[in-house]
Amino acid sequence: MVTPTTQPDATLSNGAPAALPRYRPAPPGSQPPLDFPGYRSTTLRHPSQPLLLLPQRLTEVTGPVLGPGRVGPLDHDLTRQHAGEPIGPRIIVHGTLRDGDGRPVPNSLVEIWQANAGGRYRHKADNWPSPLDPNFTGVGRALTDAHGHYEFVTIKPGAYPWGNHDNAWRPAHIHFSVFGQAFTQRLVTQMYFPDDPLFAHDPIFNSVRDEAARQRLVSSFDLEHTIEQWALGFRFDIVLRGRLATPFEEPHQ
Amino acid sequence: MTAAELAATDPLGADVGAHFDGPTPSQTVGPYLAIGLPWPDGPDVVPPGTPGAFRIVGTVYDGHGDPVPDAMIETWQADPDGHFDHPDDPRRAAGWRGFGRSATTDAGGYVINTVLPGALPGQAPHVDVSVFARGLLDRVVTRIYFPDHAEAHAADPVLASVPEQRRATLLAVRTDDGYRFDVHLQGPGETVFFDV
Repeated sequence: MVTPTTQPDATLSNGAPAALPRYRPAPPGSQPPLDFPGYRSTTLRHPSQPLLLLPQRLTEVTGPVLGPGRVGPLDHDLTRQHAGEPIGPRIIVHGTLRDGDGRPVPNSLVEIWQANAGGRYRHKADNWPSPLDPNFTGVGRALTDAHGHYEFVTIKPGAYPWGNHDNAWRPAHIHFSVFGQAFTQRLVTQMYFPDDPLFAHDPIFNSVRDEAARQRLVSSFDLEHTIEQWALGFRFDIVLRGRLATPFEEPHQ
Repeated sequence: MTAAELAATDPLGADVGAHFDGPTPSQTVGPYLAIGLPWPDGPDVVPPGTPGAFRIVGTVYDGHGDPVPDAMIETWQADPDGHFDHPDDPRRAAGWRGFGRSATTDAGGYVINTVLPGALPGQAPHVDVSVFARGLLDRVVTRIYFPDHAEAHAADPVLASVPEQRRATLLAVRTDDGYRFDVHLQGPGETVFFDV
């Protein structure tokens, strides 16, 4: 495990830690707003009342330790989960899971899901008339290694139309779900591919107003992880909220 | 201290030297999260048959009062003694999972199988909840409190920070086999959501 910034060595009389780590808030503009009219589904689903501040206490600075036991031997390879190979450009997607201070998050669960090469999800509600691929489920799981590195083998998902606005198409993307080490670090996001012409037209991508933050959603082509005669490599590093060095002192009881 | 004030006390990277990376932004789970995230044992914070186990059921509603069929609830809670299986809790409760996950049904319903959490230092027993859905660009966070702990609620600092007329949105309602906790993302009876 990562060495905590603050060792919880001092304890209260009930055994609880006397000091807790704290996690940095996201810089302004680096996270999408909950109310974003360009993405119509936010209209009836965003809270209309302001969020109240939840102090980071023991429940918030801890989180589920999910790792081995959640991942099968072929879960990281979405091209080998069926009798045959799926159709589409084979790719390797890899990167590191770190916190905002550069500390790797080892032995941590990374979950992905995606459309097939034609932009179709294996989901009952996806009616877009592009065929399902009998050799592709579109679901993967992996664990980060001791250095926070993860790797998947999959196929490049296709763009697909959605009903958000006139002639709306989602840029190709892979959904990512990661936990980090604390409830505060939980993150579900989407990885995009470099130079997608649909970026300018996609309200979900553009809901992140800060340009530099938005670019962190875009993977980069990675020649070093490209395997000759076999698969293109893409790198997607994921950064979770960092820990503050100044601990929060628990009130003594 | 507000999030902005907390940020102001910590100039980027000041406490860790030069290195600081901004976090990867959140994006919505979209309408098809159900292919990727549910697990067969997702709702089981505790194994079936655990003494004292009960169900928390609920429905996720949108601002029209319509159920949300493409949402997911995740819960995180202490064990009955108020301990976590985590390196930042020195009383480490080895093997305590504490985590539950349930995608919503076509009727917007979810279920979590668990036991009552214990009290935390200075706080009444509670369950932290993340709600994900199509149309939520980031998760929203709320808390479940239980009617069994009314005395502790009176002294709970988080509940005290919530306007009195909205506190009931954080309170589970007892049922025949557990509790009900509905989530109203917007509108009348809107659930209290937190910035963590």
